[in-house]
Amino acid sequence: MTITTTIAHLLPALLAQAQTSILPQGADYMRILPELVLSIFGMLIMVVDPLLDEDSSHNTLGTIALIGTLAGLASTFWMAQYPGTAFWNMVRVEGFSIFFHYLVVAIAAVAILSSFEYLRVQRIRAGEYYGLILFGTVGMCLMSSAIELVLIFIALEISSISTYVLAGLRRREASSSESSLKYFLLGSFATAFFLYGVALMFGATGSTNIDAISGVLRSGNVPVLAYVATALMFVGLGFKVASAPFHVWTPDVYEGAPAPVVGLMSTGPKAAAFAVLLRVMFEANAPGRFWLIWVSAALSMTLGNVGALVQDNVKRLLAYSSIAHAGYLLVAFAAQPELGTSAAMFYTAAYAAMNIGAFAVVSHFANAGEKYVTLEDYAGLGRRSPMLAATFTFFLMSLIGIPITGGFFAKFYVLSAALKSNLVGLTIILVLNSALGAYYYLRIIVMMYMREPRGEVPVTRVPAAVALAIAVCVLATLYLGVVPGPVLDYSAQSAHQLLSDTAAPRVATASTAAGP
Amino acid sequence: MESLSPFILSLVTFIPAGGGLLILLIPRRDRDIKLFAFVISILAFVASLHLPVHLHREAGLFKYEIDRVWIASPNIHYHMGIDGISVWLVVLTTFLTPLCVLISWTSIHERVKEFFILLLILETALIGVFTSLDLFLFYFFWEATLIPMALLIGMYGHGRRVYAAVKYFLFTMIGSMFMLAAILWLYAKTGSFDFVVIQNAIRSGSVPGFETASLWLFLGFFIAFAVKVPLFPLHTWLPDAHVEAPTAGSVLLAGVLLKMGTYGLLRFDVGLFPDQARRNAPWIMVLALIGIIYGALVSLVQPNMKKLIAYSSVSHLGFVVLGIFSFTAAGLNGAVFVMLAHGVATGGLFMLAGILYERRHTYEIAEFGGLATPMPKYATFFLVTVLASVGLPLLNGFIGEFLVLSGAFQARPIYGILAATGVIWSACYLLWMYQRVFFGKVTHEVNNALPDLNLREKVALSPIAVAALVMGVAPLVWLSAIDPAVQRYALAPFTQLASKMVGQ
Repeated sequence: MTITTTIAHLLPALLAQAQTSILPQGADYMRILPELVLSIFGMLIMVVDPLLDEDSSHNTLGTIALIGTLAGLASTFWMAQYPGTAFWNMVRVEGFSIFFHYLVVAIAAVAILSSFEYLRVQRIRAGEYYGLILFGTVGMCLMSSAIELVLIFIALEISSISTYVLAGLRRREASSSESSLKYFLLGSFATAFFLYGVALMFGATGSTNIDAISGVLRSGNVPVLAYVATALMFVGLGFKVASAPFHVWTPDVYEGAPAPVVGLMSTGPKAAAFAVLLRVMFEANAPGRFWLIWVSAALSMTLGNVGALVQDNVKRLLAYSSIAHAGYLLVAFAAQPELGTSAAMFYTAAYAAMNIGAFAVVSHFANAGEKYVTLEDYAGLGRRSPMLAATFTFFLMSLIGIPITGGFFAKFYVLSAALKSNLVGLTIILVLNSALGAYYYLRIIVMMYMREPRGEVPVTRVPAAVALAIAVCVLATLYLGVVPGPVLDYSAQSAHQLLSDTAAPRVATASTAAGP
Repeated sequence: MESLSPFILSLVTFIPAGGGLLILLIPRRDRDIKLFAFVISILAFVASLHLPVHLHREAGLFKYEIDRVWIASPNIHYHMGIDGISVWLVVLTTFLTPLCVLISWTSIHERVKEFFILLLILETALIGVFTSLDLFLFYFFWEATLIPMALLIGMYGHGRRVYAAVKYFLFTMIGSMFMLAAILWLYAKTGSFDFVVIQNAIRSGSVPGFETASLWLFLGFFIAFAVKVPLFPLHTWLPDAHVEAPTAGSVLLAGVLLKMGTYGLLRFDVGLFPDQARRNAPWIMVLALIGIIYGALVSLVQPNMKKLIAYSSVSHLGFVVLGIFSFTAAGLNGAVFVMLAHGVATGGLFMLAGILYERRHTYEIAEFGGLATPMPKYATFFLVTVLASVGLPLLNGFIGEFLVLSGAFQARPIYGILAATGVIWSACYLLWMYQRVFFGKVTHEVNNALPDLNLREKVALSPIAVAALVMGVAPLVWLSAIDPAVQRYALAPFTQLASKMVGQ
């Protein structure tokens, strides 16, 4: 079954759902407002780029992109005033999608902030870089609000293709081209799996709408094809979130790609892919998911942590750490739906804050040509640049899961969701793994504080934009670590809303229901 | 003073960390920083004296309780309170910290600011461990002690400091992950982190699945605490950490950090799982005995003064564990008293060793000899502290060890007999070390020129000597608070259980 025939089957169904009104209404546009705003700013960058000479373009385009993301955040607020579905039941605005919109756009904003200096130092052209970040963000946003598998696929491609290109932007480095090509080839392969899964799911349930699928799958009569479809979709999404055994691309790609892009790509698309995974697994009530996730979570945690133990390159080390964290997150997917969803939502937010912060430090420190990315280079940083070292230590502590950091509560909620669902085996694996994980993060801290500095590594002043990016991440991590209540309550609420609604698949009232 | 009561605990806990943050604002003038840190730590000490003075001793209940919601979901409370067991540990912490500041006055000369910030944050975390009544809050402070201590060892320690710091960190971290899992299990089943609520739920038997899980929960907590104590065979991080740590780090490590383990055993392992604790007492007591004797024998052959004191801690902490798991009134009272006495005496020994290190930059016993001649005052302080540690009557070590031994005899005579050899061994290794360092002729020429104690060092050491003496002469001041708490706390559940069993 090819994509065209899928769509050909789909169209009449879609049109039938939209009987009440053929044309989209104002509220429909409001429900994709952030996507629209980000696209407009992305295009604006493309238009402005040729008018500027290369040297002066960095700051101007960066500022436009930053304003774009801020406008994106503001428009998410507006979008939140119009809950409901739009465009013939393809997009739904609800607590869940609002949460991920805020998260993804904020991630993009921080990534842009930490790129100002980096692009200048590495001499990367700013136009395509910022444009691609914004377009990628559009894809990620859409992934979180789409409730139609084909639209999810399209959104996934928008975000993936942007990141494929971004990974290769250090044109002078062979490793960057390798990274881009590897990511592209393997990534296309994985999305093909996802698409195949979508096709089979359509075959099994007769629909590509998550609500409709959920209705069929909950009715008790689950066709065998649905199991295969779940597995195939999991392969595709497992690749995107870098969970084992679909993780092998991660270290190479992260090593070669520009550091701020790695910061973005290890948090933004990952968060969006987790959002899709949550929808597919929990909202659509995918059959046979438990063992699939169980095995993948256990493997990711173990392989990620063991792999990280022996790394000497900080970017590779953080790549393996991100595999391990994907594993911790997947533990939540094996828990009871509501507990698991809210724990996973909190985890993606906390992980985003600490990881993108860590990469902001790494990208500042790497210097021209990303020369200084090995553990040895970090020796004595505590003495030479106390603030940079202190913030990096803070992010690493959060990654370890020490209290008063967001990383602690993230792990904590996942653990308690797992224990409440009686997942003793996974809990034990998680506990042992986090102990193992402490070691390699600690190696970086030890390097920074307990070794003598090496003279030849330059320590440059932290420019204001990077400082702001780091400060935002520190504050976010600290906030999630000291008062996690509001975010957790919000995610619990939206998880409840997400899952209670699906018990009874709703009718297409979307287009008729206007906003307040 | 009554109006202070709900806030005094928070005040005592957070004065040091608050002061530490204020140090951030002080310009990098080392002298100001030291003075400020000293004033803050004295302030915390004075504030903490309020606690035992106004503690109602008879009931043995928690006092100065404060219970506010910290995070609504999950149900985490800012719940603090102390009883006769923890009150003295809080005072011990605030008592030792100013002395640590004094003893580090000249021995720390670079990154002074960071040092005192870390020290004060460590103090807050330590006090927090003893005052928390919410399991989550407890875990939070427990983990919070980890980073400053590891940094103190790793940044300011001696030769193999990085190895020691990492080893310390990993041992503790791995142990406490098991505790976290156990805490989360309890939360998942009871919906609360509150110590008192969980304790009542367990006692009334309303926790589903508790029967099958209780052994694992007990062990989860036990591993975390046993690493900290350290109980044989989990003690291997301790000698490394002690030898490499700066003096102030060693003092707090031996004086207070190890007590976190024994305190945890008493408060949480015994408090939450009374019947598992009793069921597992035999093998735990055997481990404690091995620790007592093994620690003493290893001490005997140490050529390094600091390592000798470190291993002596393994031996002394064995007494504490033995006392707790003897489940007799004498044993439990003695265990808590040994914690305090060991904190004072061993803290003092580490300070003395540090003073010598500052002068000669070595801990090797063979490098010294006949020091009593050039340093008579130093020798006197050293003698008092050694005798306190050995357990000479009228000094503080005696009371606790005597009580523990009599408790162990009641539990099982052979344990008492074996443990008593530990007292003899400790006399051997400590007095022998004293003899080699201080008596006879001066064997190394350099040692003749060593200056005796200066005023600052005398000020730092006198409180130790005074405390050792007062605790030895008037132990009832301490025991009158400890006893009701221990009776109600660790023994009462058993008598209830026992009567229930007999009743069936």
